[in-house]
Amino acid sequence: MAAAMRAPAPPAGLRYRAGIDVVAVEEVAASLAAFGDRYARRLFTAAERSDSRWPVAGPDAAESLAARFAAKEAVVKVLAPDGWAPSWTEIEVRRRPSGACELALSGGAASRATDVGVISWAVSLTHHGGVAAAVVLALCEARSWHDELGSGSGPQVDRGGGDG
Amino acid sequence: MSSGPGADHRSIEVEEMADVEDRIRMVLGAHARLPRGVEELDDTADLYAAGMTSHASVNVMLGIEDEFDVEFPEHLLRKDTFESVAAIRAALEELLGG
Repeated sequence: MAAAMRAPAPPAGLRYRAGIDVVAVEEVAASLAAFGDRYARRLFTAAERSDSRWPVAGPDAAESLAARFAAKEAVVKVLAPDGWAPSWTEIEVRRRPSGACELALSGGAASRATDVGVISWAVSLTHHGGVAAAVVLALCEARSWHDELGSGSGPQVDRGGGDG
Repeated sequence: MSSGPGADHRSIEVEEMADVEDRIRMVLGAHARLPRGVEELDDTADLYAAGMTSHASVNVMLGIEDEFDVEFPEHLLRKDTFESVAAIRAALEELLGG
């Protein structure tokens, strides 16, 4: 009988938080058609636009941009269970020369990540069949949201296992 | 009954407000991708609860900018700015100095 495998536990005092999101590529293509570069610049950094070959690739940039928007939404799910929202360009997906992607946060999003104890991020993007998706994983200090968001009366330890 | 200049002014304001709301609803109809008609929602109905995604809200923001020839400054680019017809109208009143 095969031995059951358990997911590796994070190091002591740390925990994982995960975020996931999907975006219909057609919706991003429609936005590019309707608003063009104004849309692209409001949501995506210069590096993201360049990595997605916008505006050179025209509508063909939609798949790549949709995956990047899904990553931004997935980060928001990790950072903002209370409905807080960052400027979209403060969450950037960077593509390394190897093709792998990483996250870079700035401004209010970076401050928020520090406030809630995020130490490092991992991100994975995909698109297929008209849908783009992203998963992000954050390694965080094991504090409770109640404490992190400033409404707690003192240090608290989150003993729950869920990511909300 | 009250037909003085004050009453005229108020009726014009009410008319303009109705026009602004109609135009906001037109933009929502074009860009919010709500599963049911925007005309079924009252002014304070939560558009996110009604099915508007964050991505659709960006399109609504850009559509409102086009319709009213305004640009939303950074401090108004918040989720709650676009959460209802009334919230969008309030943001426009701030932008247009109303």
